[in-house]
Amino acid sequence: MLDLLPQFLVNGIITGALLAVPAIGFTAIFAVLRFPNFAVASHATVGAFAGFVANVTFGLPAIPSLMFAFLIAGLVGLVSDEIALKPLRRYGALTTAIASIALTIVLENVVRFFFGNDLRGYDLPLVRDIRFGDIRVNPQQLENMALAVVIMIAVFAALKFTRMGKAMRAVADNPGLADLKGIDAVMVGRVVAFVGMGLVGVGGMLFGLGTSIDPLTGFRFILPIFAAAVVGGLGSIPGAVLGAMVVGIGEEMSALVLEPAYKSAVGFFAIVLVLTFRPRGLLGERAY
Amino acid sequence: MLSWLFSVATFAGIYALLALGINVIWGMGGMINLGMAGFFALGAYASALATGAGALPIPIGLALAAVLAALAGGLLCRLTLRLRGDYLAIVTLGFSELIRLIAANEIWMTNGSDGISGIPGPWRAELSPFQFNMLSCALVTLAVLIVWAMTERLRRSPWGRALRAIRDDDTAAAVAGKPITRFKVQAFALGAAILGLAGAFYAHYTSYIAPDIFRPLITIYIFLALTAGGTGNSTGAVVGAIAVVAVLEGSRFLEGWVSVLGGVEKAALREIVIGVALIAIMQLRPRGLLPETPPGPFLKRKDT
Repeated sequence: MLDLLPQFLVNGIITGALLAVPAIGFTAIFAVLRFPNFAVASHATVGAFAGFVANVTFGLPAIPSLMFAFLIAGLVGLVSDEIALKPLRRYGALTTAIASIALTIVLENVVRFFFGNDLRGYDLPLVRDIRFGDIRVNPQQLENMALAVVIMIAVFAALKFTRMGKAMRAVADNPGLADLKGIDAVMVGRVVAFVGMGLVGVGGMLFGLGTSIDPLTGFRFILPIFAAAVVGGLGSIPGAVLGAMVVGIGEEMSALVLEPAYKSAVGFFAIVLVLTFRPRGLLGERAY
Repeated sequence: MLSWLFSVATFAGIYALLALGINVIWGMGGMINLGMAGFFALGAYASALATGAGALPIPIGLALAAVLAALAGGLLCRLTLRLRGDYLAIVTLGFSELIRLIAANEIWMTNGSDGISGIPGPWRAELSPFQFNMLSCALVTLAVLIVWAMTERLRRSPWGRALRAIRDDDTAAAVAGKPITRFKVQAFALGAAILGLAGAFYAHYTSYIAPDIFRPLITIYIFLALTAGGTGNSTGAVVGAIAVVAVLEGSRFLEGWVSVLGGVEKAALREIVIGVALIAIMQLRPRGLLPETPPGPFLKRKDT
């Protein structure tokens, strides 16, 4: 079993990189809008299906399909937030969180209404695994990981250098002070709802590329996504990346001691463990 | 038809129990529990296994379900006590997914995703289906009445007052010398026990349980019931649960009108309606149809 360790580690890093994309979306929404948006489950599904339409119906390759997934999931995120969740935010984070579960059920069933419950797969060329000594990696996985890394670099660059990125960090750090400086928190909230849910949609499709998709695709990934965000520190974007790596590697390593079916339970135990010893996560709750 | 009505009433009763349980935790204690489906499942599986494989009598199964759910609830609450509400929301939702994962994978115990069938019901073999529905309806109604009276009584007791104080401002309550930890854990465990009891009733009435029954959807039904009825209010919880079941069952009649749609589309449409209804009620009537009123004594005393 132990000779499989390097393989598990590589798998873990790949899973972690993919997980980081939706985890950044979830944590960024928390940082600015101040509630755990459980609608990430349905937006991951929406992204996966938008990518499916682009890839299979329109015949686009993987990368333009991912962009389409980002756009559609982001638009759905923006519109549904404006209509359903924004009016509830003044009643508190928990009320909004409950409403976001209702929203996730609505959107999941909209997808089910149009696509049914069948499993669907993307139309991608099959490629042989690459071997590095004993370690086998699928080129598709490598490409997904590279994409995830590029997306992360883009997010960090946007936060660091653009006006909107700085405004977002300011609102996340201290909404009152940001308001004094004339930053339009409502506008920042809209941008975050769009970009955050767009990233979640991309994450849904990235996961779907490896397997197949159905309306419950998003729900299967919420535990690891929450875990990544909480382990790193809810609302911290570098924390989400670190948390995603911890959870991704932990999930794959768990194969040494647990049955594969319990992989996603690792996320739950990671949450409980981290919250017991470091209630604010590994990197604390600062947005950036 | 009458048999069907008794069956609907039984489900309404089970939903009312769930709403009462959540009301203790969320309405009275102010703690979010998005893991409701997990405690519901825990009770259902505990009682199904105890009375099926364990061949114990049903009342013991019910008691076991309540005790097990209370222990799990108390433990989960103790572990997460220091956390803010938004973290608690994530942990409890994760808990229910964990329970579902275990139910789907420990096949030796739970028969996996195929579920457990043939769970014994009280005198199911001796009674006709009609009589069985009637008896179930009576038993569940009795349980709802007892739990309702108990939680109403608790709400008006010093314990309920202290709990409300903690919900509204736990620092002030702590300054007033209330042991916050104990109150919160007790409230969570009590609410979880009611949820577990509801699960046991569900298992014995339907005779079949499977992991897919305990999806987060059911949690949304109950939060809808509670929000519609008025949070923090036991009567509101029961009224809300009956209203939700009436809407759910009533929508079956509408299905005849949209006969062009297949089964999957109809089911999807129904869930969309429920989700939209919850969001709409939250936006339009944030305090519910029967808002919480500060309670007086349970039985009004005559002047002495």
